[in-house]
Amino acid sequence: MSKATNPVESYLRMDRMPSIWCPGCGIGIVVNCFARALQQMGVDHDELAVVSGIGCTGRIAGYVDIDSFHTTHGRPIPFATGLKVARPDLKVIVMSGEGDLVSIGGNHLIHAARRNSDVKVICVNNFTYAMTGGQAGPTAPRHSIATTAPYGSFDKPFNLPFLADSTGAVYVARWTTYHVRQLTRSMAEAMSKPGFCFIEVISPCPTIFSRRNRLGDGLDAMRYYKNSSKVVNGANTRMVGLDLNGPIIVGKFIDRDRPTLLEAMDEEIGSKLGKRYVPYATTGVQR
Amino acid sequence: MAASKKNSKRKFRGEVYIDQERCKGCGFCIEFCPTHVLALADSFNQKGYYPPVIADIEACTGCDLCGMYCPDFAIYGVKIRLDVVQEEANHEC
Ligand SMILES: Cc1ncc(C[n+]2csc(CCOP(=O)(O)OP(=O)(O)O)c2C)c(N)n1
Ligand code: SF4
Ligand code: SF4
Ligand code: SF4
Repeated sequence: MSKATNPVESYLRMDRMPSIWCPGCGIGIVVNCFARALQQMGVDHDELAVVSGIGCTGRIAGYVDIDSFHTTHGRPIPFATGLKVARPDLKVIVMSGEGDLVSIGGNHLIHAARRNSDVKVICVNNFTYAMTGGQAGPTAPRHSIATTAPYGSFDKPFNLPFLADSTGAVYVARWTTYHVRQLTRSMAEAMSKPGFCFIEVISPCPTIFSRRNRLGDGLDAMRYYKNSSKVVNGANTRMVGLDLNGPIIVGKFIDRDRPTLLEAMDEEIGSKLGKRYVPYATTGVQR
Repeated sequence: MAASKKNSKRKFRGEVYIDQERCKGCGFCIEFCPTHVLALADSFNQKGYYPPVIADIEACTGCDLCGMYCPDFAIYGVKIRLDVVQEEANHEC
């Protein structure tokens, strides 16, 4: 039999491999699951665009063989919203780190969720600003060591599913890089669903987060995810906050429907202007 | 043919492909292969990482979990249908 090819290769820029990511880093698994979700859905390369911010995770934009944008720090979500408004026919996916999306980009996140901007956010949470050497980020667990918290972080971390849920996201899930099948399914679900979808992926950073906190290598992190995760679909997001080395509740937490930003705009303005208004959401590129 | 189908326990055989030079030696594939097909090589690749080698190909189901876990796209498994191979062989004779 002729040698089969890796099914993910058609969605990735294999000429740029190996990636910059460290051995045991989980970001490659997220890309892997993303490519598999696309393959399972049978979407054409031209039907979607990927937007990333800055950070180790932000480098994803450079490895997918899809139209992609490596934007400025914290800004992938507004960039993606603009892209979606200009090209409503595209599926627009944001892939970036929790520092990028929730610290410097935090305001964009909550308002895109509030307005139900039709973009899909895949947030890789490695609990630190990895690319810049390990400062305490918005999800740094209490007592975790960071360059900016040498005696342990004392701030309350964000519970990301609760944040996305309470600000209006229509789809909210959390998985770890151990949950490859569930993560792939969730990505496919989110990409098929209109509205603001948010998937948090807990991911190992052996070089910065694990090393500083003496948590071992990437494999140790994966074993921890395997042994300490519990799937609770539909869990109350208020209850899924994380502690250093504590249990991890994973699952699909929220799946609901409400008008997207463009649908709401069409509805509101259309009802006032009648035939004078050309609806946005429905017309797509023909507009 | 029907008899051979009935007798064979497995409908699929697995095959796993490894690109040893692309591997960064994280060990995820070895750890999470459900049937323990893989083992750590005893020599390293050009970049100095120890890639996986096939220790027990008979046990491979082609489930491709190794492929899903690999952060470097260096390994993947495929299922090969045994009954198709069997049918083809029967047609030939
Ligand atoms: C405006 C601006 N401020 C700060 C930085 C420095 N910087 C680069 S990456 C980064 C944090 C990235 O953290 P995260 O999004 O969690 O990604 P990770 O590297 O952990 O994957 C920061 C603060 C920058 N590039 N631009
Ligand atoms: S520093 Fe951490 S997040 Fe960045 S590539 Fe290395 S392991 Fe991954
Ligand atoms: S395809 Fe499945 S059974 Fe075969 S080596 Fe990979 S994980 Fe193991
Ligand atoms: S998962 Fe990939 S990178 Fe890690 S050891 Fe296996 S082949 Fe190498």
